[in-house]
Amino acid sequence: MTHLAVSNVTKLYGASAALRDVSLTVAAHDYVVLLGPSGSGKTTLLSVIGGFTEPTSGRIHIAGRDVTQSGPAKRPTTTVFQDYALFPHMSVEKNVGYGLKLRRVPAPRRAEQVARALEMVGLPGFGGRGIHELSGGQRQRVALARALIVEPEILLLDEPLGALDLNLRRQMQDELLALQRRTGRCFVHVTHDQEEAMALASMIVVMNQGRIEDAGPPARIYARPATRFTANFMGESTEFSGPVIAPGIIGTPAGKLPRAASAPDAGDATVIIRPENIRADGEGAVALGQARITEAVFQGAHYRVFAAAESGQVFNLRLPPAAAPAPGDTLTLSCEAQNLVPV
Amino acid sequence: MTRRNIAAALYMALCYAFIFLPVGVLVLFSFQAGNLPVPPLHGLSLRWYAAAFNDGRLVAAFANSLLVGGVSAALSVLIGFLAAFGLARYEFPAKALLRGLIMLPLAVSYLLVGMGLLVSSSALGLGPSLMTVIIGHVVINMPLAFAICQAQLGEHQRRIESAARDLGAGTFQVLFGITAPMIAPALVAAFCLCFTLSWDEFLIAYLNTRFDVTLPVVIWDLLRGGLNPETNAAGSFIFLFSISVILAVEIFLLRKRRS
Repeated sequence: MTHLAVSNVTKLYGASAALRDVSLTVAAHDYVVLLGPSGSGKTTLLSVIGGFTEPTSGRIHIAGRDVTQSGPAKRPTTTVFQDYALFPHMSVEKNVGYGLKLRRVPAPRRAEQVARALEMVGLPGFGGRGIHELSGGQRQRVALARALIVEPEILLLDEPLGALDLNLRRQMQDELLALQRRTGRCFVHVTHDQEEAMALASMIVVMNQGRIEDAGPPARIYARPATRFTANFMGESTEFSGPVIAPGIIGTPAGKLPRAASAPDAGDATVIIRPENIRADGEGAVALGQARITEAVFQGAHYRVFAAAESGQVFNLRLPPAAAPAPGDTLTLSCEAQNLVPV
Repeated sequence: MTRRNIAAALYMALCYAFIFLPVGVLVLFSFQAGNLPVPPLHGLSLRWYAAAFNDGRLVAAFANSLLVGGVSAALSVLIGFLAAFGLARYEFPAKALLRGLIMLPLAVSYLLVGMGLLVSSSALGLGPSLMTVIIGHVVINMPLAFAICQAQLGEHQRRIESAARDLGAGTFQVLFGITAPMIAPALVAAFCLCFTLSWDEFLIAYLNTRFDVTLPVVIWDLLRGGLNPETNAAGSFIFLFSISVILAVEIFLLRKRRS
């Protein structure tokens, strides 16, 4: 069931477009991550959904209601801001209860709900503290409690983990997922970190230059990216390019490779493969030829290996630590046809 | 201590003496036991303070100055805060021009403001009064309050206001429930500064008062009657009052900076 519908939204700032004809539908229990480099329009899109930025054209529907003309106060969304934007002159309790106070919830019930919300985010008994007494992670939780207490249809999170150190970020990722499951609400989360996106999302939306490049479940986005930009942004890969020499076959420096999907009949085409899908044991169905290792970097669970063929084709692959690869070694490379992804 | 250090310390002492000697002399001779606020000092006494506090004109002027300072500072801060909020938070044409116009009175001499006010109030049939002085002091002090508020309304504060709107707050709830309390130290500092400037201001007050006058005007009047330690006592008391207000400003600003 569609919960959030963004239809043909464009946002112009003078002559430059922050969003170009963006359309997106999201289901009620989705955890959506808007992923892209800075300037890709992901934050603008979040701001348009939250009502802080008015789109130049296009419509926004939330839970079946057209909210395009509504300001943030009138929308069933709340936002967790990047710098948390807590009210510095109010206690934790007053911060969290602010939305309820505006909704004229009587004080005793408010106090009860605030206590429950603080418990939910792991800060029981923190109500009386001042904002300045809290650590970054605690402020983050207060911001979450303040936004969730008014039971929004959609919770918007603007790079919420950006200011936290790595360990805390991992921990907050788990907690965000748990919160989303427990509340059953739709979360829309902006980040530029693809690992964070894959860890959290039920749906990743990859953005670039104001457009949606790709949208779908993380496993699909990673394994079968729709565009070259997505392929590169989601992780490392090896690219094979060359002319189409027969329907579904391209001639690359690594040999004739199958290119599935609706490949063009002529001209140049490209397929990519993720490093972990290149085999060095010679057992794959598609031969990729021989290559000499130019660089092998030990990364704990695996070696990250770069190898070059005489044709000039460069490969990026992973080898197990037991293989102990060294520069100069020669590898016989192959892969499975379904792991060659047309972009 | 090297000779250079001694020279530097001496130079510093001279500079401070140059700045504070007049004030020191004024305060010292307010305690004069004799009849004239000039050397020699005949001994210390509080008689001139007693005289000053028993002088009905001085006491009335003190009350008037409190009224003018309080009302004009409150109005300056209110108008300055609203103007700063409007200019910081909304987009409309000619913003730079409007901001410049708000700051312009800072560059206009008090004499011009005072004379202009006198001419305008006479033309309107209002005549000189404390109300006219209050208007004059708002004219000269509001730009300062505006500048202080404007410096506090940055992007971080804007996001905090956005968060309040996001949770359902309207503009007035944001203004007086979030923005004003959030920048309260700056508002208090602006109030104290405006109050002190109004408290000390002579030209506009002199030109625009007749029977109800402010302290600087009464003191000027006393001085015209000749040197008198009572004037020193009144002046010292005003000095003490100004210092207290300025210290209050400093404390508020420092506390703000520390948090």
